Amino acid sequence: MTGPMRVGFHAPDAVEELAHLVAEAADTRTPIEVMGRGTKREVGRPVKYGTVLSTENLNAVSLYEPSELVLVAQAGAPLAQIEQLLADNEQELPFEPVDLGPALGFGPGQATIGGVIATNISGSRRIHSGSARDHVLGLEAVNGRGETIRSGGRVMKNVTGYDLARGISGSWGTLAVMTEIALKVLPAQREMRTIICFGLDDQTAVEALCLALGTPFEVSGTVHMHAGLAEQFSEAEIAGSGKSVTAMRVENFPASARYRSNRLKHMLQAYAPALELDTGPSRIFWNEVRALRMFQRRMDHPLWRISTQATIAPKLIAAVSRKIEVRALYDWSGGLVWLETPPISDAGTVEIRRTLAEFGGHATLIRADASVRGAIDVFQPLDPQLMALSTALKQVFDPVGILNPGRMYPEI
Amino acid sequence: MSHIALPSPDRTILERRNDLLKRLKKLVPGAILITDEEGRRTFETDALTAYRCLPLAVVLPESTEQVSAILHFCHQNKIKVVPRGAGTSLAGGALPLEDAIVLCLSRMSKVLDIDLVNRVARVEAGITNSGITDAVANEGFFYAPDPSSQIACTIGGNVATNSGGAHCLKYGVTTNNVLGVRIVLMNGEVLDIGGPELDPPGYDFLALIVGSEGQLGVVTEVTVRLFKAPEGARPMLIGFGTNESAGACVAAIIAAGIVPVALEFMDRPAIHVSEQFAAAGYPLDVEAILIVEVQGSDDEIDTLLEKIGQIAEDFNPLTIRMSQSEEESAKIWKGRKAAFGAIGQISDYYCIDGVIPLSKLPKALQDIGWICRRYRFDVANIFHAGDGNLHPLILYDANDPLQLERVELCGAEILKLCVELGGCLTGEHGVGIEKRELMHAQFSDADLTQQMRIKAMFDPDWLLNPGKVFPLEERGAQ
Repeated sequence: MTGPMRVGFHAPDAVEELAHLVAEAADTRTPIEVMGRGTKREVGRPVKYGTVLSTENLNAVSLYEPSELVLVAQAGAPLAQIEQLLADNEQELPFEPVDLGPALGFGPGQATIGGVIATNISGSRRIHSGSARDHVLGLEAVNGRGETIRSGGRVMKNVTGYDLARGISGSWGTLAVMTEIALKVLPAQREMRTIICFGLDDQTAVEALCLALGTPFEVSGTVHMHAGLAEQFSEAEIAGSGKSVTAMRVENFPASARYRSNRLKHMLQAYAPALELDTGPSRIFWNEVRALRMFQRRMDHPLWRISTQATIAPKLIAAVSRKIEVRALYDWSGGLVWLETPPISDAGTVEIRRTLAEFGGHATLIRADASVRGAIDVFQPLDPQLMALSTALKQVFDPVGILNPGRMYPEI
Repeated sequence: MSHIALPSPDRTILERRNDLLKRLKKLVPGAILITDEEGRRTFETDALTAYRCLPLAVVLPESTEQVSAILHFCHQNKIKVVPRGAGTSLAGGALPLEDAIVLCLSRMSKVLDIDLVNRVARVEAGITNSGITDAVANEGFFYAPDPSSQIACTIGGNVATNSGGAHCLKYGVTTNNVLGVRIVLMNGEVLDIGGPELDPPGYDFLALIVGSEGQLGVVTEVTVRLFKAPEGARPMLIGFGTNESAGACVAAIIAAGIVPVALEFMDRPAIHVSEQFAAAGYPLDVEAILIVEVQGSDDEIDTLLEKIGQIAEDFNPLTIRMSQSEEESAKIWKGRKAAFGAIGQISDYYCIDGVIPLSKLPKALQDIGWICRRYRFDVANIFHAGDGNLHPLILYDANDPLQLERVELCGAEILKLCVELGGCLTGEHGVGIEKRELMHAQFSDADLTQQMRIKAMFDPDWLLNPGKVFPLEERGAQ
């Protein structure tokens, strides 16, 4: 292909072609929107590019060795397909990626693995097993010069050279276009049990969740949601409780999961655990958390993702709720808060960022109208030093600035 | 003389030595500055002892501010800097250069903050790896990555090499357990990257810094994750008639959905030497043993060990010993823990750190044996089987320069084999000077160039730990 890149939608089915398209875009300084299947297209600063480069046709699972705990897939491989393949072999992605699709108006399970890694979007088990990027063993990507680069590999341990693979993870397609990802996978947990307390206030709930994580029972899920958020959940007792819901998950082989759950319940007596779900209902419950079921109803309400320290989170949310009406899902025992704000003009930005400056942490606006996202900082503003370093890193990967420019920050 | 070259020194720096050191002393009076030859001798090598070089001077700061002042001074005067923790690098990562100042962080070893509710600790970079666990062990917590040098090596060095350890199949390596660092860039700028939160804002600079072998900046503080210690842990020992069956058994354990906390492999030569030395009661009629450790309550451990025993039955085990007590556990581990020392008693050895996909284990062991025979060396294999990280120990005579050169060539051939089998050059020791010239075996020009662009972004003059990681001529080409 020669001449200026045609405006429109490109979904090459070969890495060479993709690299060629990027090189051409670099030559002609044509900004391109990088995406998988576009389920998270409406996250970030609204920028008009004109040209779209999708990895959706690079969708093969290139290698899967269950006995080596490794899976290599092209970036456009649908997450749902990968998870099915793993489930067929009684394995799973340990970081339990959040499925943002339904909360953003898409169907469930439509994201690509590239999108998951590009946004480093880990779910509840992150608190125990690590984040999405922690499970990246290697990467092939095309940088903004159109060069195909590889980092890491397909083995569990690898410290050969700089870790570009994890460095590119979470960069929202602004540094390079991922084309293939090698992931560490783990055996699926055979049995899970969920202990639930009702009606705890935020402070008490976080205290209980942190206590649970401070036990040797490998607690792998710790969430707390405000009253009313669980109304859509399948489990009748939870949906109908009318109170806040605080849940902790233990896993392992059956006898062990029962043992852990009994010990945990005993230790949490002061918090009056009222319900225990066994494996079947537990899976449904955690899948609903994972799909952010509680935020699928009021789609006009903005949704924030806030990273902070668990023990700070209740104070932070209390401070914000003194000014605006919010509903919160605490995950990672409070280290992550999904916060629904009213559909006001700034989506609560001023209040949230002011409070974060006081307490510590950072926030990303995940769902809001383009008009709102155009008017505020969607990603947490960085201090000038870090912004300067980020600009330099962007320059190193994408000197002309053609890959998702302005998606995260105007400067990169 | 060994055959790995070091960059030629900057003569103008050597000529200005006295003046530069006088000014440095005045600039940071609180830091210890070692300039005499005897003092500098202590720092002339790391754990890759075949290579030695007296540095220009050694400076031991006690604060981030001092590190910043020192780096700023060196940047202004174009003096190279080699950061150092405890000097336990097996790859020459902390090897000094004649025209460089060694910046040693061992005096910065304080625990700054422990928060057991949020399960994080903030420490200075010079604290030892086990020093972190020592600080929280009373409360039943620990810091997970456990390189075998953990009593000596520093967390700063762990960050530089992205260290692993026997428990990393379950808990991950350094990059998975560090949440933030305070780093001083070569120009003296101090930056906080990450923090106590589980996700960083913006780009993941921490991922780039961990494992960058001290080439992007000098880390002075580290925020780490802590875990609650398990209720208990016990190993079992399984002996096999062939390396193949031991390797197949590892794969079968993992395929059955069990991820043991440790999965160690020793071959016949390693078993015999360590048994002679440690008398741990290892079977001598087998070709390979596996030590498999699981964690949990007593009942959980019993169930898992029994299950692993059943799996092992399919691979014609010659011996199965399940630990029922602390004494038995200690005995099973005794031979493995003594193995490196035991081999050191009978010979010098060169420790290799390649990684292979687990399914290639039998072929890898066969070919390693073949390569070593061709170079006329004996080899003993001891390694973390769960993650395919091989540590062949090649036995040689370090006092014979010809043998040293030959053993390096033999090691290089083994590492190239690992790459050909789908693995990599180094699983946990780092590239350092040792594997620098082999980088082309694993990376294309574009891959290396992209990495070097990052090096140049942080340190445009290549003053920080130069001559490591990248092939020398590549740096010249930049």
